[in-house]
Amino acid sequence: MLDTLLRCVAVLVAFLVLPLVIGQTEHKVMAHMQGRLGPMYAGGFHGWAQLVADGVKFAQKEDVVPAGADRRVFQLAPAVALLPYLVALLAIPVGPHGFVGQAVDAGIFFVLAVMGIGVLGSLMAGWASANKFSLLGGLRTAAQLMSYELPMLLAAASVAMAAGTASLTGILGAFHWWWLPWQAIGAFVFFTAGLAELQRPPFDMPVADSEIIFGAYTEYTGIRFAFFLLAEYGGILVLCALTAVLFLGGWHGPLPDSLGWLWMLLKTFALAFVVIWARVTFPRLREDQLMKFAWTVLIPLALLQLALTGIIKVAIQ
Amino acid sequence: MTARQLLAASGSLANGSLAPAPHGFLSPTGVEVVFVLVGLVVLGAGLLTVTTRQLVHAALWLVVALGGLAVEFLLLTAEFVAWVQVLIYLGSVVVLVLFGLMLTRAPIGRSPDADSGNRWVALGVALATAGTLVTLVVDAFRTSWIDLDAGGGSTAAVGAGLFRYWVLPFEALSVLLLAALVGAIVISRTGKGAAKPRAGKLRAPKAPTRQER
Repeated sequence: MLDTLLRCVAVLVAFLVLPLVIGQTEHKVMAHMQGRLGPMYAGGFHGWAQLVADGVKFAQKEDVVPAGADRRVFQLAPAVALLPYLVALLAIPVGPHGFVGQAVDAGIFFVLAVMGIGVLGSLMAGWASANKFSLLGGLRTAAQLMSYELPMLLAAASVAMAAGTASLTGILGAFHWWWLPWQAIGAFVFFTAGLAELQRPPFDMPVADSEIIFGAYTEYTGIRFAFFLLAEYGGILVLCALTAVLFLGGWHGPLPDSLGWLWMLLKTFALAFVVIWARVTFPRLREDQLMKFAWTVLIPLALLQLALTGIIKVAIQ
Repeated sequence: MTARQLLAASGSLANGSLAPAPHGFLSPTGVEVVFVLVGLVVLGAGLLTVTTRQLVHAALWLVVALGGLAVEFLLLTAEFVAWVQVLIYLGSVVVLVLFGLMLTRAPIGRSPDADSGNRWVALGVALATAGTLVTLVVDAFRTSWIDLDAGGGSTAAVGAGLFRYWVLPFEALSVLLLAALVGAIVISRTGKGAAKPRAGKLRAPKAPTRQER
């Protein structure tokens, strides 16, 4: 009982700290890549206090609910968007020998299922705002979810097939280095589809600030808006950790077993850097291009990976 | 209900234990108490789903009801079924329902035109169905008691049960789903000659281009 409680608290702390680290990294990486000077000044050294200033700003802003909105749904939406990522983080193994929040038997399934719920938050927010741009953003979110869930699941299924188990720790236990080239296509599909599920650039049509002025989040202010942002960064953390576990071997690395968690963190943050990099450098896709990409590129690739996994798996046995 | 029965039956086949009850219904364990409480929540959410006058709220109460069912599956140690429930029903079906509602009609506030005149008939049918099902289940499992060991509903156990004992129904269901898929494609296809706008082109009447002018 105490052990369970301790693990839950540890996961909560990780959930509160790591997304902020990713957020801070995003500030710095964007500032350097795009020559933005603003965030480099706050607090002196390299603008370390920018994130603190952001936090204070969000906390002190007035929490407004539009007059025409559906109050309760509107207020509930940020929580629905945020909590699934916290729950998903619970099942992701960080290191060997039971270094995981809670070992879940069908780990892949659990994490993907729970991540799927987060999008309900955006839908609720979009509808309850009583704003047509928000509604449009919510609808785009739902459409995007429906199209990208499939390649993501197929890619994950390929790994589960290779390992012969759906448990995340089991997959890491069965990992060999040659899985990296073997599952490379699946890794690409999974990571890209995950980016789309998080509505990160270049797949951020649902929040496109220049077309539909931030979509589902248009009417949100203050701390509730901050929750949505936190959900986004929590989502990056979960996606990157999951990609690292499924496709990059998680805690496996040249160092001894006891430093496995370090490898896991390094891989997660390397992937998070790629996410930020993609945001800074890629132009946004158009809505129809986004759908076409999912159905004509990612799904065939995922099916190809599934077939490849099956063939090699049979050949090995 | 059917899934639960199926699972219970496959679990009992795997474990070989359909023993008479070692203890009665009057000394419930903690899990059983939680099971009943969650069941009441599911019932309440289901009632609200059909009685609320706000369409989107109905869909959102459906989320609560289906999520509660997932918890019930968990309490029956059917981990895998629970996650499948979350993935398919919460993550996809409800999202699709919300999507459809928001695309067609979903005003904020009440929608009185969505009321049906058949509500009493519907209530009668619902009660009759529920009565039949409850009678059936109670009659079938009156004295049997299935020991729910941890791991009885794990991925491995469910997979083995599904593909060893229940593979024929499973395949039949797949064919049914395939038929539904083909039907959906056929319905959504318009006639051959219908001019479809190409992706990426605006549908609005075009301003005359330079050559046309």
